[in-house]
Amino acid sequence: MFSTKNFNRSKPVLFILILFPSLLWAYQFVTGNLGVNPIEKLMDELGLMALRLIIITLMITTLSNIRPLKSIVVLRRMIGLFAFYYVCLHFSTYIVLDHFLDMQFIIQDIIKRPFITFGFISFLFLIPLASTSTNNMIKRLGFKLWKRIHYLIYPVAILASMHFYVLVRADKTEPVIYMGIIILLLLHRIFKRLTRPQLVQ
Amino acid sequence: MKILGSEITPYKTYLNRRKFIKGSLASAMLATVTSSAFANHDSDLSIYTKNLNENDKLNSYEEITTYNNFYEFGTHKKHPHLNSGNFKPRPWTIKIDGLVKKPQTFDLEKILSNVTIEDRVYRLRCVEAWSMVIPWQGFQLSELIKMAEPLSSAKYVQFVTVFRPEEMPGQQKRTIIWPYREGLRMDEAMNPLTILATGLYGHEMPNQNGAPIRLVVPWKYGFKSIKSIVEIRFLDTQPETSWETLAPWEYGFYANVNPNVNHPRWSQGTERRIGEFKRRETLMFNGYEEEVAHLYKDLDLTKFY
Repeated sequence: MFSTKNFNRSKPVLFILILFPSLLWAYQFVTGNLGVNPIEKLMDELGLMALRLIIITLMITTLSNIRPLKSIVVLRRMIGLFAFYYVCLHFSTYIVLDHFLDMQFIIQDIIKRPFITFGFISFLFLIPLASTSTNNMIKRLGFKLWKRIHYLIYPVAILASMHFYVLVRADKTEPVIYMGIIILLLLHRIFKRLTRPQLVQ
Repeated sequence: MKILGSEITPYKTYLNRRKFIKGSLASAMLATVTSSAFANHDSDLSIYTKNLNENDKLNSYEEITTYNNFYEFGTHKKHPHLNSGNFKPRPWTIKIDGLVKKPQTFDLEKILSNVTIEDRVYRLRCVEAWSMVIPWQGFQLSELIKMAEPLSSAKYVQFVTVFRPEEMPGQQKRTIIWPYREGLRMDEAMNPLTILATGLYGHEMPNQNGAPIRLVVPWKYGFKSIKSIVEIRFLDTQPETSWETLAPWEYGFYANVNPNVNHPRWSQGTERRIGEFKRRETLMFNGYEEEVAHLYKDLDLTKFY
């Protein structure tokens, strides 16, 4: 049931499911159905979606350690790229719609406001991940180096959840839940590494 | 800001107007608050628009009543509109205590029979860098302060919001320390711009906007304009206020709208006027510099933000 073949088969459906919200929000935005403060709403929805997808990619790696679910890892790249897609939309909403390309203001905002700094660094770290996502790149870099680059997903996830945490004014339940999940997933990885049988040279 | 005699609506007249609107639109209002449901009312905007600056445009009733920060009903902007249906704003009393001649509890109806309800169109600037233009009905806080007869030792006024977790679901969670508290310096409280609002757009104050009575201090960030007030206390020391207690590095006691004082979370240099696409520049004291700047001439506004 959880074969590589079946996971691969689910990809087109998953692709449409994950793409759909962005199309819906774009449609609602254009037709004026995104509420009273549509730019803020669009930015929040896109950012939240990106954060959730980042967390899902981390979960996939953990799940793939469970033997019957080993093949789920074939979904990771697509979801990771979608996370990048939503981060790009989130960031361009901020640049274009929220601040109308006022670069001087935006640069000040990124430097001065910690939550924007966190979000921006997280975005920067995602760029090398997205651009080395092809099979060809894995071959060219060699698996070891490629894997090392992709460890960047950990700072990306932590910074993205901090970006959300600092943004929320009072009720921090939701960002705390996300941070908790990320920490648990990271602890699992550390534990796994520490208990891995060492190779004798 | 000029208030013409002709613009002053006696309280009874506007209550009657309210009844009429309520009767004819009851079913529509029960279902959902839509802008079309208030077409009748909105058709006579001239009462309010006369007071507008040339750069300002009234926000719609729908915008003002569906996008609110009122954490007593939830932390999301749409929560107050969605979760405030069970709140009962009548009967209502306001307790007056602290440094006054005689502590007492006023019936809201009694207060209202002693004041003149006026139309006041004000810009409201939220610390989150969005703003609206709202046609309030209310009366000057100074009128109530006179009724309260504070002692000369009273230098500050503290306000307290009602605590009713069974009617205000947001209060069941400790997002902030309930009840919500705010405060003003006596001269700020006595300033003619400072009002207690009891309605907007000619309607009794909607629950989500702070029914039945709330403060409006238009030159300060919105969180100073405390809603659903049940207690007013006169003090000789600066009172604690809710947001300042929660995050003193972000929110000060004064909280004057000031584009030059940075906030760690939002630039205060610009704002998005709800309904507009491009941001606009934020004005010093939210554009009320002429009326209030003198209150702060001896104060370092970068320190006392």
